[in-house]
Amino acid sequence: MNIIVNGENHTVPDNCSARFLVEILGMQNDKIAMEVNRDIVPRSQYDDFTFSENDQIEIVRAIGGGQR
Amino acid sequence: MSSNDSFTIAGKTYQSRLLVGTGKYKDMVETRKAVEASGAEIVTVAIRRTNLGQNPGEANLLDTLPADKYTYLPNTAGCYTADDAVRTCRLARELLDGHNLVKLEVLGDEKTLFPDVDQTYVAAEILIKDGFDVMVYTNDDPIAAKRLEDMGCVAVMPLAAPIGSGLGIRNPFNIRTIIENANVPILVDAGVGTASDAAIAMELGCDGILMNTAIAGANNPVLMASAMRKATEAGREAFLAGRIPRKQYASASSPIDGLFF
Repeated sequence: MNIIVNGENHTVPDNCSARFLVEILGMQNDKIAMEVNRDIVPRSQYDDFTFSENDQIEIVRAIGGGQR
Repeated sequence: MSSNDSFTIAGKTYQSRLLVGTGKYKDMVETRKAVEASGAEIVTVAIRRTNLGQNPGEANLLDTLPADKYTYLPNTAGCYTADDAVRTCRLARELLDGHNLVKLEVLGDEKTLFPDVDQTYVAAEILIKDGFDVMVYTNDDPIAAKRLEDMGCVAVMPLAAPIGSGLGIRNPFNIRTIIENANVPILVDAGVGTASDAAIAMELGCDGILMNTAIAGANNPVLMASAMRKATEAGREAFLAGRIPRKQYASASSPIDGLFF
């Protein structure tokens, strides 16, 4: 199925979990936060949360920033 | 400086009145050195999309500036609507394990980066209801500053001048009025260019000052960070000491009595 991660289409297996996505993206050791269709998915729920077709996913991190 | 001249934001006490941003540095080494030289205890961070497939081994800001040493202040820089700002803060809280302190800024246009105060009110109300401790960037408008305080913001941060402009305190009388009206910390945010600007802000009685570009954009950011630290402290001490009034004419400092001619 297709999901959109940070604005890019990705093909993932049906019932792909948030945990699986983080692993295939190589981010399992990174400090990140995830939003699916504008709702936060807490890290504690990555194992149980599964995506649906065309879910819009944002994965963010902290970077250097001041006032833009 | 007396060690008890601290100030408190959202229940936590800080010694340093200089807060710094972490953007625009050459690399993480320069970021760390400049932040250390500034003496800052609170550092702003931005929340952005991860670079998919591009970041293995890349130095990480949160490792460079560890949480046991610094208070992170996630900001909503780059947000032009209340909705974007609220989403950013919620992502920041998840990212930082329930951290509630945020710097809210909702910008009005790209040319000036002035705040959209209407959208700022909307976002502040949602965030405060949602349990965030909101430090809020706003215009140098005493009415807006008071309203944001009354809504429950933990600190109000009027701009000195447009973000990144280096113009210094353009409206010292408004800043002073905002300070006189306030019962929460007032920190000047944005527009500082050099050390004297920081000193002027502190001499007006600000509780603190937040800057990024003035340090990161200097030819020698680490040296400028040190200068800003001293200027912030000097301005604070001068404020506490109480300056002499301005007078048009001279007033001799040696006594007239005892002159022998």
